[in-house]
Amino acid sequence: MSDRLLAATRKGLFVFERKGAEWAIRSHAFLGDPVSLAVQDPHSGRCYAALKLGHFGVKLHVSDDGGEHWRETGCPAFPKSEEKDAPSVLEIWAMEFGAGKGSIWAGTIGGGLFKSNDGGESWSLLEGLWNHPDRKRWFGGGNEAPGIHSICLDPRDARHVTLAVSCGGVWQSEDEGLTWRPTSKGMYAEFMPPDRREDPAIQDPHCLVQCQTRPESLWVQHHNGVFRSTDGAKTWHEVTAIRPSKFGFPVAVHPNNPDRAWFVPAVKDECRIPVEGAVVVARTSDGGRTFEVLREGLPQRHAYDLVLRHALAIDRAGSWLAIGSTSGHLWMSDDQGERWRFAAEHLPPIYALRFAQL
Amino acid sequence: MVRVAFTPNLRRHLPCPTVEATGRTVAEALNAVYSDQTRLRSYVLDDQSHLRRHVVIYINNQKTGLESSLAEGDELYVMQALSGG
Repeated sequence: MSDRLLAATRKGLFVFERKGAEWAIRSHAFLGDPVSLAVQDPHSGRCYAALKLGHFGVKLHVSDDGGEHWRETGCPAFPKSEEKDAPSVLEIWAMEFGAGKGSIWAGTIGGGLFKSNDGGESWSLLEGLWNHPDRKRWFGGGNEAPGIHSICLDPRDARHVTLAVSCGGVWQSEDEGLTWRPTSKGMYAEFMPPDRREDPAIQDPHCLVQCQTRPESLWVQHHNGVFRSTDGAKTWHEVTAIRPSKFGFPVAVHPNNPDRAWFVPAVKDECRIPVEGAVVVARTSDGGRTFEVLREGLPQRHAYDLVLRHALAIDRAGSWLAIGSTSGHLWMSDDQGERWRFAAEHLPPIYALRFAQL
Repeated sequence: MVRVAFTPNLRRHLPCPTVEATGRTVAEALNAVYSDQTRLRSYVLDDQSHLRRHVVIYINNQKTGLESSLAEGDELYVMQALSGG
């Protein structure tokens, strides 16, 4: 069971520690600086914090003592190019850890997928994806450039990678990132002209997750609804029973139960506040046929908390859930989302939550 | 030789004392500084070695660019644009 929670916020990183059923801030770092993501390598225990400094660019820091002390390390960057409008990394939006020692995948706003094989000291752009002709159809959704925000590494075969892009759809590689194909079949984009509605390379999946013990089962919270795949992301079907709305950003799936998933619905499109001012979590336990709307412990009147795509987390055992909001509220649940309790009420806007262990 | 000074806000992230450097252009003088502090480069320049959008450089009291020429005794300031939040 996890005993740490890394909360990346607009104004710093907060490391929470669990004692029994209580979570409290143990330490903080980078106060005043935007931290887009903080994650722990489950193999080495090393923690990573991605900073998005307003003036000075994207930086990556590592900690080998559970978040107490940090040092700057290498950072993904695009190769220098003479092309007009050649890109720069604008934000590290996803990090996942491969099976090999020091193997890290990083997705960025800017649209580049990067790989490190030395624990983050050096990075390489995966050119097979960058140079794919369909990649040029990607565009930014709410950001000035497209971004890779979700990376799923198949626990049965680390060469099999599935990722999601806003706005660029779902993509897969079966050769450790050398070659790629879009696999968004079944998704639709209401924000596009009718003839482009089902274009696989312009879909806007807000978040993609994969069941760890049943990797053929994946879930997506998409701009236009909830989608599920039971064939390893080859095809997708819409889950229409979600309520109170089909719009939202995050999704979490139970690591041992592919039919159980959680969502935090909001009002679409640009409004982006809880439906009727009530923060709720929608949970399905039957693969999306039905949903329960969970409210206990969450504010139900005049609450305008938005939960961003990386701010709903489940631990590796499937025991703890956490949600963090743009209003700086952090709630925890140890009963599958039935009841929620505050861990913090006055944090900066929360960008991302990840469980960790020390 | 020119004098190169950095905004105090950069010192929150890494050491960057005021130094003397040589170079015919702003870019050359800054490159000389990066050789002693390699991490500083990515704070001033983006992936394409362009000046970051929210970083500005002054020679003496004039806003300038990386390719501007330097004269002996110039004072170079690397500053950040002000922003809210």
